Amino acid sequence: MTGVFLANKAYLLHATYLLASLAFVLGLRDMNSARTARRGMFLAEGGMLLAIIGTLLHQEIVTFEWIAAGLVVGSLVGIPMGLWIPMTAVPQRTALSHAFGALAVALVGVAHFYGAYGLGEVLGPWWHGLTGADLTVLPVEGLTLFERAALGFEVILGSLTFTGSLVAAGKLQGTLPGRPITYRGQNIINMLVIVLMVGLWGYVVAHPEQSHLFYALVGVSLVFGLSLVLPIGSADMPVVIAILNSYGGLAASATGFALSNNVLIIAGALDGGSGLILSLLMCKAMNRSWGNVLFGAFGKAPEAGQAADTEGLVVKPTDLEEAHMILDMAESVIIVPGFGMAAAQAQHALRDFAIQLEKKGVKVRYAIHPVAGRMPGHMNVLLAEANVPYDQLFDLDHINDDFKTTSVALVVGANDVVNPAAKEDPSSPIFGMPILNVDEARTVIILKRGMSPGFSGVENLLFYKDNARMLFGDAKASLATLAAKMKE
Amino acid sequence: MEELAKHFNLPVEGLSFLPILVGMYVFLLAVIIGYLVISKVPPLLHTPLMSATNAISGISLVASIVTAGSAKPVSQVLGMLAVTAATINVVGGFLITDRMLRMFKKKDQIQ
Repeated sequence: MTGVFLANKAYLLHATYLLASLAFVLGLRDMNSARTARRGMFLAEGGMLLAIIGTLLHQEIVTFEWIAAGLVVGSLVGIPMGLWIPMTAVPQRTALSHAFGALAVALVGVAHFYGAYGLGEVLGPWWHGLTGADLTVLPVEGLTLFERAALGFEVILGSLTFTGSLVAAGKLQGTLPGRPITYRGQNIINMLVIVLMVGLWGYVVAHPEQSHLFYALVGVSLVFGLSLVLPIGSADMPVVIAILNSYGGLAASATGFALSNNVLIIAGALDGGSGLILSLLMCKAMNRSWGNVLFGAFGKAPEAGQAADTEGLVVKPTDLEEAHMILDMAESVIIVPGFGMAAAQAQHALRDFAIQLEKKGVKVRYAIHPVAGRMPGHMNVLLAEANVPYDQLFDLDHINDDFKTTSVALVVGANDVVNPAAKEDPSSPIFGMPILNVDEARTVIILKRGMSPGFSGVENLLFYKDNARMLFGDAKASLATLAAKMKE
Repeated sequence: MEELAKHFNLPVEGLSFLPILVGMYVFLLAVIIGYLVISKVPPLLHTPLMSATNAISGISLVASIVTAGSAKPVSQVLGMLAVTAATINVVGGFLITDRMLRMFKKKDQIQ
């Protein structure tokens, strides 16, 4: 009888996993439009809940205290992270959640290996001397060759994604310096670390009884995550976040292989695939290869970008009066937001200003470059938060031809993504990058704090164009004043 | 067992390979489905997409739960930490995804 019952429970578990997999795929399919996306996420949440309940009924679980503690603490941290983090902080929050996901996977991997092989002949006696507990050799279950190989991938990807994501979050939050951190010989040292990692992986897969080397592999992977992201500047974070997203997903898939758990394989593949697609889109939008983003900062002098010759050219500053006049006469305005808008928290002021424009009968649209901001889709979320209707938000491809028939292009905190050097100056480091053709508008008004170059360190030729006017000052304050003037 | 091996045309001693083989099929098909589904997501929703896939990969929670529920003290502690980290992602990830998706409205829905 018991046997039949257990067997039924196992069927039940697999049924919940199957339904969860289905819910994840269908839920992500519903993300193809803003209208159905919420429904899709409810479906995915339902699938997740089902899988968790199914797992709690799992016959291998002998104690529930630790599970309950983790679920409670995790919920207590997760709820504020979901509900109260401001939208401007979403990039660092996303990086942080990649770190948490990877940490979970790495810990599961370490526990899995430990359960099968213990601490080993080297670490075991040392631990015994330290604490008196003998964990050298456990009642060995052993793992197959393939399980060991998958387990190796799992801890490598999990560990490096964990530390790499922490660095990315630190850079985005401003806790760590945003510029690339480089040192002489970085490329060579990183290559050596990769070789060491692959070597350790191969050796441990073949000789798992040398347990200490497995734990060394975890350590080396943690270090590699640091050295992978530290040399990458803040402006490249959209790509880095997407790549780390992909690694985190693949780590979850590897866990699925190590544990023969299909729902993990599927969810990990969906996550990994999504990160990969996003990172490729971001790279395309910057006209750079994957390798160039990941390893581009190595050995590159920071001042390399100052190629553009702007001598003899002058910028034309304007004031709020003139800007108001130009906007007052406009028939159509395209607003181009960038990271500066997020930094100045100017999205609400921008929306208020746009409402005043619309009241005067001006056609207002927004042009969103794929790498504007610090993560894919960053600007769309901020503008949606400020209640900008999403049918006014347009991608690069869909709006770029309309600038030439537009009265005013208003650039709010965007820089590299509107730099005509990408089209005109073959010596520029951003040459070839697809940009928004704001210089084709009748007038360009650029809201900017000062003349500092963008994150790529490249001088912006747009500022020197005849039809460009610089409106210096805090974007939020300028927009609020302009909105007030419009109301009069 | 022998029947199973015969079905998959594998030698009996090669049966340990079976889960990996099945896993490979599942992985490849999931990658293809993922590619088809996700390339249809508009750039408008790329940020919620990332937080959604992040929450979904929090399914590693199920592996964490099994680890934390085992009889070995070391696994219990590591598993508890893993459950905590994965729960943060599942709970926080779905909450913030929904919060973002609620903000995306059409013009006629705002007025």
